[in-house]
Amino acid sequence: MELNASLSLVRPEIILSFSALALLLLAAWMDQAGRLISILAVAALGAAAALTVSLLGSGSSASAFDGLMVNDAFGNFSKLLIYIAAAVSLTIAPRFLEKAGAMRAEYPVLIVLSCIGMGVMVSATDLISLYIGLELQSLSAYVLASFVRSDGRSAEAGLKYFVLGGLASGMLLFGASLVYGFAGSTNFAAIGLAMDKEVGLGLIFGIVFILSGLAFKISAAPFHMWTPDVYEGAPTPVTAFFASAPKVAAIALLMRIVLEAFGSQVLVWQQIIIAVALMSIIIGAVGAIGQQNLKRLMAYSSINNVGFILIGLATGTEQGIAAMLVYLTIYVAMTFGGFVCLMQLKDKDGNYREEFSDIAGLSKTRPGLAAAFAIFMFSLAGIPPLFGFWGKLVVFNAAVAAGLLPLAVIGISASVIGAFYYLKVVKVMYFDDAVDVIAESDDKVLVWTGGILAAANSPLGYFAIPVLGVWTAVAAKALF
Amino acid sequence: MNAADIPILSIMLAIPMVAAALCLFVRAELARPIAVGATLANFILGGVLWISYDPAGAQWQFTESAQLFGPIGWKLGIDGISLTLIMLSVFLMPICIGASWNSIQKRVGEYMAAFLLMETLMIGVFAAQDLLLFYIFFEAGLIPMYLIIGIWGGQDRIYASYKFFLYTLLGSVVMLIAMLWMIQFAGTADIPNLLNTDFPVQAQTLLWLAFFASFAVKMPMWPVHTWLPDAHVQAPTAGSVILAGVLLKMGGYGFLRFSLPMFPEASANFIPLVFGLSMVAVVYTSLVALVQQDMKKLIAYSSVAHMAIVTVGLFTFNQQGIEGAIIVMLSHGLVSGALFLCVGVIYDRLHTREISRYGGISVNMPKYALLFMLFTMASVGLPGTSGFVGEFLSLAGSYKVSTWATLIATTGIILGAGYMLYLYRRIAFGPQVNADAAAMQDIGGREMWLLAPIAIVVLWMGVYPETFLAPIRRDVATIVDRIERAAPAGDSKLMAVDPTTARFRVAHEPKKDVAEGSH
Repeated sequence: MELNASLSLVRPEIILSFSALALLLLAAWMDQAGRLISILAVAALGAAAALTVSLLGSGSSASAFDGLMVNDAFGNFSKLLIYIAAAVSLTIAPRFLEKAGAMRAEYPVLIVLSCIGMGVMVSATDLISLYIGLELQSLSAYVLASFVRSDGRSAEAGLKYFVLGGLASGMLLFGASLVYGFAGSTNFAAIGLAMDKEVGLGLIFGIVFILSGLAFKISAAPFHMWTPDVYEGAPTPVTAFFASAPKVAAIALLMRIVLEAFGSQVLVWQQIIIAVALMSIIIGAVGAIGQQNLKRLMAYSSINNVGFILIGLATGTEQGIAAMLVYLTIYVAMTFGGFVCLMQLKDKDGNYREEFSDIAGLSKTRPGLAAAFAIFMFSLAGIPPLFGFWGKLVVFNAAVAAGLLPLAVIGISASVIGAFYYLKVVKVMYFDDAVDVIAESDDKVLVWTGGILAAANSPLGYFAIPVLGVWTAVAAKALF
Repeated sequence: MNAADIPILSIMLAIPMVAAALCLFVRAELARPIAVGATLANFILGGVLWISYDPAGAQWQFTESAQLFGPIGWKLGIDGISLTLIMLSVFLMPICIGASWNSIQKRVGEYMAAFLLMETLMIGVFAAQDLLLFYIFFEAGLIPMYLIIGIWGGQDRIYASYKFFLYTLLGSVVMLIAMLWMIQFAGTADIPNLLNTDFPVQAQTLLWLAFFASFAVKMPMWPVHTWLPDAHVQAPTAGSVILAGVLLKMGGYGFLRFSLPMFPEASANFIPLVFGLSMVAVVYTSLVALVQQDMKKLIAYSSVAHMAIVTVGLFTFNQQGIEGAIIVMLSHGLVSGALFLCVGVIYDRLHTREISRYGGISVNMPKYALLFMLFTMASVGLPGTSGFVGEFLSLAGSYKVSTWATLIATTGIILGAGYMLYLYRRIAFGPQVNADAAAMQDIGGREMWLLAPIAIVVLWMGVYPETFLAPIRRDVATIVDRIERAAPAGDSKLMAVDPTTARFRVAHEPKKDVAEGSH
């Protein structure tokens, strides 16, 4: 294929790459330009997002760079979600980082770089390009986790993330080399053809290692241990970013590799995915019960939610993939909402608070914030009529359609355990006596973002179902 | 249908919703009148619904349909059974708001908003014609009730609210999986279509159990009733009224709307289970009620016993039994609601629910004692009150199926007389041992306005039940026809022709409507 044609297919990545380099140069010449560069980065992400929107409804797919990458509806949908999530994490961050003395220009630049990596991840159709995208994303993420250098917790989180992430990358790479060795190609389509005939032990080992490496990246049990520590230690806007965009990218990547490369041998990976999904749901739910720190609670909540998303993958059907994309979209809105609420928990001296005891009786002192937080919690628990229910419903619907009834019954029953700790947040805010440590929020951006996300998670979100349904269906079709 | 052009059901759903949003933003002095206004407006609309409902017309009336949310259709419509339960909801709602007028002093706006939201969801449950829409309304009720118990409840409110929420959630999530399976099997989520879908008999068993898990908890049936006494005791008075009055009826409505007509064979197979649990419930919870020291707990246990008579009536597979079960549901909704209000009246004065703290109050509260006695008698099932009609019909129906179950279930009436009269004696009669109880004021105008309407309806239902039977008769007959193929043989060996039942089976004889449609 001609180079120009290939380049035109990766326009969002090109825009972001040039923006990242230009912003880095700008940062080198300007002091204290964190805010300006953040705004420019949001604009760049917006431009990249605009390019993906136009392709959402069309089922066309075009391969670039001799099969290294593909530009299709699936990749575009994931990218749109990733860019929006990244833009929101940039928007909500400045005040938090300024307070921590870390509002430096590297923050937006790193996020943009990480977005390029994620864009490559979701459109990669080759193990090589997959790994390049994954590493670009991960390396940016390690730095972001320890972004507040002066804070011991943040530095610890970055180091932990780096060591464990490196281990996971190694496992993934080892699995990739096994798959390459036994299938004879690094291209997904070629691997798929090779697997059509016969699946040897070496190939299965390779698949298991790849899946393990990716399970780490999406913080699915039993590779979830890093999540609570990193989520707790990293600065809250960074945690919000970790819980959203990279998760979308890694899950999309998992979907693509599982279906395009290993799609012909469903039975080989289905049981792994089912086991991982159920473990994530249960560990995420049980682990959260004893937590006192709200960020750790959100970490377990994300483990729990990843389990539900993986149920869609376990079906291996188009409907299941579309359901996962719907769930991912709603999950991003829910989890961002939760973190935006967390970021508003500031005491009168301006210190950020994140313990359960700090939000006792919040509904009396800050009724709006408490109501928004309650909406996100009920939505995460999947209680109708909040929008989170719809995500659970489509995923379980796909599982039922694929005949995975036991999985559906166990999964949904385990969601009741999860409901317990979400209820605990509501209980502490609404039923307990007020302690009055949280001050009025002075950050209008957070208030507005929280309000918009709360409206999206309320029953109003149901009006988005038709559009979401069409886009995800087209996106899922691209993988089959 | 004259009102078909106006989406009256949507309006009834919207009014409390809008009022709830308003209440969140206004002062307490304004929230109370807004709530009363909205609930009264809904009551009037309910009256319009009642008057314009045509018992001989189409099976589903006031239907609305809009594809707003993709796969979830905004489909509403009611038959006679839904109509009566919606009427019960809109009738009790203003009374609940009135009962909370003075007793709720903290966070009034939020309280009223929670109740108004509850009203929307209750009406939605009874009016939804889309399976998923039904589930959303059914489940969503947990959130406001959780808040009502947890914020405005008594001492152990947090334990009670958790127990209520998790118990009922666990019961209904499995039902969701069953619903998804049904929708895929039938290719539609439309309830009227599903009612005429014949599911494979083997699948029916599992589906029935999944629905049973949800409705049995909601009902509640023994042994999953334990959340109810806790929730009732801790909830504020109006919360108990709504819980006993309407929320429990959702379980019975579910059995009637889904379990029976959609899975007739499975329902027939599970009759021994339902009757067995109901028999245990009647005897066991009645005996437990007999030894209670707490007024609310006593009434809560009596609810479980009464609901057991409903389940017995529903699973008789015949017209009498099912009609009786519906009347018990309506009657219990009114009577137990009124009893909780009666408890609330004296609780507001003395702030204790302990029975021994009262005594002889018929001396200083004669009007109250009179009304309380009426509701006690209705709860016992005295002829002339609503309780008698329903219990008699459902037990007469169940006699055709199982004489043993009827025998045991009927002891519930005797035991009911035991615990209710004992309760009444300890509170209203006897020496006035407690000075503070003897000094209580008789009920005032507001309380009279709350209790008198219920008293009138209770007597009306007892003296002329035809008003309430007319709209449901044809719909019950439809269900009976539908489940006829699985109807159990019965062990009572009745005579071949039963003139009373034949006369009331009007489904095949439309000309009888002249006399019976005059509600």
